[in-house]
Amino acid sequence: MKSKSTILILSIVGLLISGLLLFFFASKKSETYTDLAVLNCHCPPGFKLNEDNKCIAKNLYQQYDSPNNLGVGGLQTGLPEGRDGFTPQEIDLGRYLFFDPILSIDGSMSCATCHEPNKGFSDGLPTSIGKDNLKLDRAAPTLWNVGYLNRLFWDGRANSLEEQMAITLFSEVEMANTPENLLHTLNNIDNYRKLFAEAYPERGKKEDIELPEIYKALAAFQTSLVSLNSKYDQYAHGYHEALNEKEIEGLNVFRSFVARCAECHTPPLFTNQQFAVIGTPEPDGLPLDPGAEIPFDDKSMRGAFKVPTLRNIDLTAPYMHSGKFETLREAVEFYTKGRGHAVPKDEKLYIHWHIWEPELSDYELDRLVDFLKTLNDESFTPKIPEALPSGLNVTIQQTLIP
Amino acid sequence: MKSTLFKIIGGLLLLALGVFIGRTLLSSSGESTVPMPSTMQYRNVGHSGDTTQVAQRKQFTGQIIEVKKGGSIQEAVKSANPGDLIRVFPGTYSENVYIDKDDISLQGVVIKGEWPTLDGNHKINDAFLYSGNGILIENFKIINYKGNGIMGQAGNNFIIRNNWIIDTGVYGIFPQFGKNGLIEHNVLSKIADAAIYVGMCDNIDVLHNEVFDSVAGIEIENSRHCLVENNYVHNNTGGLLAFITPGLPIKTAFNIIFRNNFVVNNNHPNFGAPGSTVASIPPGTGILIMAADDVIVENNIITGNKNTGITIVDLATGDPKANDPNSEGNPDRVVILDNIMFDNGNDPTGEIKAIMLTQLETKGPDIFAYGGGTGSTIRDKNRYRTFGLGDYGPAQIEDTKDIKTMMLGAPVPPRSVTDKELGEITYYGVCAGCHALGTTLIGVDTQIIKDIYVDNPQGIVNYITKPLNLRDDYPEMPPQDYLSEEAKMAVAKYILEMTN
Repeated sequence: MKSKSTILILSIVGLLISGLLLFFFASKKSETYTDLAVLNCHCPPGFKLNEDNKCIAKNLYQQYDSPNNLGVGGLQTGLPEGRDGFTPQEIDLGRYLFFDPILSIDGSMSCATCHEPNKGFSDGLPTSIGKDNLKLDRAAPTLWNVGYLNRLFWDGRANSLEEQMAITLFSEVEMANTPENLLHTLNNIDNYRKLFAEAYPERGKKEDIELPEIYKALAAFQTSLVSLNSKYDQYAHGYHEALNEKEIEGLNVFRSFVARCAECHTPPLFTNQQFAVIGTPEPDGLPLDPGAEIPFDDKSMRGAFKVPTLRNIDLTAPYMHSGKFETLREAVEFYTKGRGHAVPKDEKLYIHWHIWEPELSDYELDRLVDFLKTLNDESFTPKIPEALPSGLNVTIQQTLIP
Repeated sequence: MKSTLFKIIGGLLLLALGVFIGRTLLSSSGESTVPMPSTMQYRNVGHSGDTTQVAQRKQFTGQIIEVKKGGSIQEAVKSANPGDLIRVFPGTYSENVYIDKDDISLQGVVIKGEWPTLDGNHKINDAFLYSGNGILIENFKIINYKGNGIMGQAGNNFIIRNNWIIDTGVYGIFPQFGKNGLIEHNVLSKIADAAIYVGMCDNIDVLHNEVFDSVAGIEIENSRHCLVENNYVHNNTGGLLAFITPGLPIKTAFNIIFRNNFVVNNNHPNFGAPGSTVASIPPGTGILIMAADDVIVENNIITGNKNTGITIVDLATGDPKANDPNSEGNPDRVVILDNIMFDNGNDPTGEIKAIMLTQLETKGPDIFAYGGGTGSTIRDKNRYRTFGLGDYGPAQIEDTKDIKTMMLGAPVPPRSVTDKELGEITYYGVCAGCHALGTTLIGVDTQIIKDIYVDNPQGIVNYITKPLNLRDDYPEMPPQDYLSEEAKMAVAKYILEMTN
């Protein structure tokens, strides 16, 4: 009892002091930087540190094979090859960068602005908001398990996280930075110079920060966003009590060849990483998004988008590439409303063969939603930094883990 | 008079006795004729001198669970453990049976022509859905489902045989993502896509099946190492198909043998769902090879198919609407050996009709090839009426008699992880969300656990199965009872042996 009250008093005093400190530093703007702890030397959960100081992915799906090593199959199928082997320091540096608005041209946006941890690493908007409050064309995809994806963006125009982030960082309508300005900014922040030197000890401490280091650290952090411990996963590993009767009914509708969800949203990632034209409607007033037709320069891919993962899908409403559907129920109902029912009259799209008329009942649609909610797992959510190396404020709230 | 009566009565008695004895001795009471569990023992009719079936035989050691009329097959599956056999007696079962366990055998028991029947009433999606390895499904009548008769998602070493499947929606038998499977002695009809559809699989034998009145008879799609032999394939829109569908994650189809099949009168009108790949198959197609490589067509009887006997096309011709830069669309190294072919092409349709008219022909050919592809050969081109086989050279092989099966010599073993590996992936894949060695996350430092449970892994197992909140300064730990006993013990030992 006694020690408990001591702890209580100490923590109150601590809180007061940190509150004062925060007030003090916040009022001094960004000229004086908060001293940060050194970078984390532990791997994030889901990774084991090896003797070369690299974090190697570890998960229960490593018990299983996968057909032709492609990471698509049934309940007990291994994952596709993912990215790992980053150092704990790189991953932690990436975490600071991810949350730091200093990466955008005017210090207004961080990666986390559109990929918020407490919104399933999406932003809760139909389409994201870019620089100067400009409404963009597409929804922010979740970053959960992004390290396993071989194509990024809805239209698949990037083949790696590094390619993807370079586009976003330097897009005039998104973070709107330039490579020169980004390097100039970071190289003028002592905290970042120190942290990069720590994360990349093989180069001289006085060396300037380089773009590939920024990309690599951000990629490292994103690969740590692993979600493989949902109720569904417990079922998949053999604990059948993990799902209730309604959820199992939903699973069976999901994988049936009537609804055919699992044909494209294939376990264990719940995406087969292919492109599909499904013909969802755009929000009112928006023209048809040509999707993958543009980067692939292929008419047959007009309106095609990369099949998104469904893990944590319950957390990332609204749904589809431009957020047309507000709820999961509306999203699943789309698939039973008729092949091509929402395609504009003047468009000829090559609708995917799995889009047909499954005539799912309301009951089945409800069960599908029940099942999709079993794909939630945020147990490996990373900590949002309390302070940033740039001295700017974190604008994102820490997720409350119940 | 009296003696005559006695004689008659005596005669009748003797007759009755004779009938009684005869019925008792010579006829069999229903259930005793039912063979006892054949379980995983493969039946290889026509394979002599082949030892693979011996290698794949498995001794039955499980429990037998019986399901009688009025019972539920799914309830039996729920109570079954790997290695068990579920025997289903005649009756109608309207259910969707899903099997997410390994090594479960489901065996229908047919008594005096009465089959255990799964009836979906055109309302239930699938009769059987399985994801486990080593699944056997035999002797069932399956009718009136919306999706599939039998569908596998992953699952190696399967056997699907002796089933009678009518109008089960999109597919009759559809293993997907499976390796080493046998589909034999099934009778399927009235299927709106492929009666038997081998999708994204490897090492599959499809033997001795009868498929008819369906859009596609037997379809080998994006699969490798498949033997399709001794099947009777008639009155479908298209009979035997080997092809690549673009846009699937597994993108190749090769090493497929069509041998000793009857491919006869496949002239059914196409009733495939709009948009489906098979919806574009012209009626009258005996065999269709689209983009698949190393397909051998040998000793089939291919007659009475109104469009063509064999059609060989590339993706650009056969399925031009879906481009996939990662799917190679040419059928390469097709080998046509000896086949009996006549009476094909009597009433060609669509593109083939148009192309043949340019040749001043009103009939379709026995063999029609169009589009890209290299290295294809034919044993005796002069036997057939052909189109587009100008660059087909003479076949380099005479037959495939040395290939008895495409199945593996032994079942695909499950990937085995050592206890240490299982402990490691469980610790880092699950526990590490809250625990780390040498530091406090959400739960206690792993070092504290190590100190408390020295040499006592069972203590850790007990705790994580049913945690008690011992420390006010930490949140309550959720039970980890969903982990298998094996994984719990492995992780407990792993924790106790951790050094860094």
